[in-house]
Amino acid sequence: MGKGTGESRDTGEAKAAGAAVLAGTRETAGETREEYLARRRQELKKLSDDELKERFWQLAGEIVKPLYDLAYTHTSPSIERSVLLRMGFSSLESKAIVSQAEKMRLLGKGAGHLVLKYAEMTGKPYLEAGKDLCVDPEAWDELKAASERGSSR
Amino acid sequence: MTDDRTGKVGSSGAFGPQGTLEPSKKLDVREILKDLEHYRPRRHGWTWRKKVPDNKVGPFRYKETSESLERSVPLPAAKYFGGIDPQPDCVITTEIASGRFEDDIRRMRMAAWHGADHMMVIRTTGQSHIDGLLEGTPEGVGGIPITRKQLRATRKALDLIEDEVGRPINFHSYVSGVAGPEIAVLFAEEGVNGAHQDPQYNVLYRNVNMQRSFVDAAVAKTIMAEFGLLQIDGAHNANATAREAWKVMPELLVQHAINCAFSRMVGMSPNKIALSSVPPTAPPAPAMSYDLPYAVALRWLFSDYKVRAQQNTRYIESDMREATVTHTLNLVLTRLTSADVQSTITPDEGRNVPWHYNNLAAVDTAKQTLLAVDGLKDMVEIKKEGPFRETVRDLAERAVLFLEEVKEKGYFGAVASGMFVDSGFYPERNGDGIRRDPNGGIGFGSIVERDKDYFAPVCHHFGYQDPTRVKDHPCEEIGGCTFCEPGKIVYIDELDPEDNVEKRLERAEEELGDDMIKPEVQWAGDGYITLTMFIPESERVAEYAALEIAKRLNLENPEVIHKGIAHPAEGTVVEVKAVVPFGIKRDSLKIPDKPSILSAEEIREEIKKRPMKVVCATVGEDEHSVGMREIIDIKHGGIEGFGIKATYLGTSVPIDKVVNAAIEEDADAILISTIISHADIHRKNMERLAKLCEEKGVRQKFILVGGGTQVTNDLAVQAGLDAGFGRGTKGIDVASFLVKKRRELLGLENPS
Repeated sequence: MGKGTGESRDTGEAKAAGAAVLAGTRETAGETREEYLARRRQELKKLSDDELKERFWQLAGEIVKPLYDLAYTHTSPSIERSVLLRMGFSSLESKAIVSQAEKMRLLGKGAGHLVLKYAEMTGKPYLEAGKDLCVDPEAWDELKAASERGSSR
Repeated sequence: MTDDRTGKVGSSGAFGPQGTLEPSKKLDVREILKDLEHYRPRRHGWTWRKKVPDNKVGPFRYKETSESLERSVPLPAAKYFGGIDPQPDCVITTEIASGRFEDDIRRMRMAAWHGADHMMVIRTTGQSHIDGLLEGTPEGVGGIPITRKQLRATRKALDLIEDEVGRPINFHSYVSGVAGPEIAVLFAEEGVNGAHQDPQYNVLYRNVNMQRSFVDAAVAKTIMAEFGLLQIDGAHNANATAREAWKVMPELLVQHAINCAFSRMVGMSPNKIALSSVPPTAPPAPAMSYDLPYAVALRWLFSDYKVRAQQNTRYIESDMREATVTHTLNLVLTRLTSADVQSTITPDEGRNVPWHYNNLAAVDTAKQTLLAVDGLKDMVEIKKEGPFRETVRDLAERAVLFLEEVKEKGYFGAVASGMFVDSGFYPERNGDGIRRDPNGGIGFGSIVERDKDYFAPVCHHFGYQDPTRVKDHPCEEIGGCTFCEPGKIVYIDELDPEDNVEKRLERAEEELGDDMIKPEVQWAGDGYITLTMFIPESERVAEYAALEIAKRLNLENPEVIHKGIAHPAEGTVVEVKAVVPFGIKRDSLKIPDKPSILSAEEIREEIKKRPMKVVCATVGEDEHSVGMREIIDIKHGGIEGFGIKATYLGTSVPIDKVVNAAIEEDADAILISTIISHADIHRKNMERLAKLCEEKGVRQKFILVGGGTQVTNDLAVQAGLDAGFGRGTKGIDVASFLVKKRRELLGLENPS
């Protein structure tokens, strides 16, 4: 952190150096890993402490953004069981319903959504409809047919 | 514990009339299990200690403490400071891993009395690979299987314990593995207050598929954030795994950053994100020169976040002294920098699963050290310039470089290429990092893309949902989710008719009964004891000699848990654990009544009414004066303080001189101190005193008292004196005896 703790070296030269640091990639330079890293270390030294910290967090954000996007658009068996638990199903029922939804390739609809849909189709309260889905394979065939009439993203 | 600190005592049951714990009674597990299906936690989310910045406790002012407890066990030396038990300002964690929750909760109660307010329950081996929830109370290995029943019973016990000690207790476990989102729901519903959650931990150490791990983590973290759980990350594991742990410092910063940035992005507040930070090295390395720059770099880069400090565990061996010194050094480091949560590791972690009394030892080490260095930063500060600061900056630059390379490869690509937990000091690489296949691991292929009409009718659900279905209140369509209507939670009691708490309790009762006493270190009735012995032989010989000794003592399953070389030839210290093959019936014990002691007021009153004179001396050729002075001197709480007039003749006083002085002074009593016990001289001195008094015809005139480290009451009485006092005697004990004895001689009543 050195002398400049908490202070930005806001000279024109340092700013230009900072911009170059942010822009540099190995591909553009055509270097070996060792050469590239040695050069980058020298370049990073030109950043003030605040700039270095900012760069640290900027990179962290950039690294996790694709992971966030993946999570935003995807679901998993555990996520869907967690939805069913929150709807008032037991862990055993949640497991049975999600296993069937996986087998029928319907997990992308959301397990809770499937239960509500089946409840609507049968006119039963949703908890009862869900219990049917735990034990009745035919219920899933009906649900599959109804779901295929819906659109896919 | 003195009586006035243990608080109210009275009811004969384990629980008092209002369902509170009685400090004088053991915790009754069956009471905890009663009516569990209806138990609801009283609060959600994390609780910090209430800091008191300028806290007057006893004769001292503290800068870094919090509100005191209503009931506690203070540090041993507290008896010299009026029994004070100041509580440091940071939360103190203890890790609980017995495998049986019914034993865990007793351990938690003891730890809470010693000052822990964060109970970190370790999960059974392998739970992170179970795709779904477990139910009931099966026994675990190295921790408990986390289930709704275990959580609820533990939370219920902790609610009682926190009332007993007078401070909220945080309950904590792990939201990791392939059932993270479900575990997060469970924790939210059951009032768990904190959790480890770090998708990188799954990927690197549990080989959970990386896509699955991050997809699950976003949902789990959103729920944790909504319920205010404190999140602890898993970065410390790199430190505990890498061959040369101090070289992973840049990576530790990177791992913290990835989990923090991801958590922030899904909506977690930085004040609920704690970095699991461990000093990277330990002596004989010059530890502070590595640990301090790293600690400063961490706190600079992560200034918005909380720090959970844990001691270095990478280099813990079976020597508990060594582990405790490292812990102490690491605690000092946190006071030079900062920490919000002080996580303790039991000093026996390097030799066996943690024993409960070692949980207490670690909590006491934290409390003792933090109190010792209270206000340290008012006196010393870390240098702001020079080589130290260059090291701090260098670590941050290496971490930024590391992040650049991760970004270039993408996180999944970086893990696949073995960038993490490599033992090279980045950017050096040794090629021994952990590599994971993005198209592999537990749960590979289990994530699916959400359809356009994806929908989940529950609150606090992360991720895409069909915009046409989303309502202001997400659970409206189902008339409330369990977060809004806890009555909807489905409680399953037990699934396994054999492996459950009820059966274990029955077995324990059969084996132990109501009044059988067995030692324990982990589970009720486990029977373990430890023998410490010095064997004047080389290491291997000593080890086998020690085992043979344990066998000949008829102990079962002896096992050497520690060896310390005193000298390659001269000898070895060996510690052996073994099982005692019997129990002791409580009723069979002959426990002598504790001598009742008069109150200070009563003694003073009596001495005012009837003054008392005593003659005191250290007799024979004995120069020890400290013990006698402690018994006499007013400033040590001695007999002078009650108004008794004491004439002290000094050391190495001949017996006849003592008796003559007592006659001359017309004393009521003679007090002799006799410390040296070589050739039984202490007994002979006491016999001489009694005999000489007889010869001079003054035996009935004086109360004769002997004292010394090797003196007991029985020994003194056998020698012809009226009483004897050994190690640990206080002035009031002697004064009380003198007053009572004189009343007896005068034919006066002694109040019971």
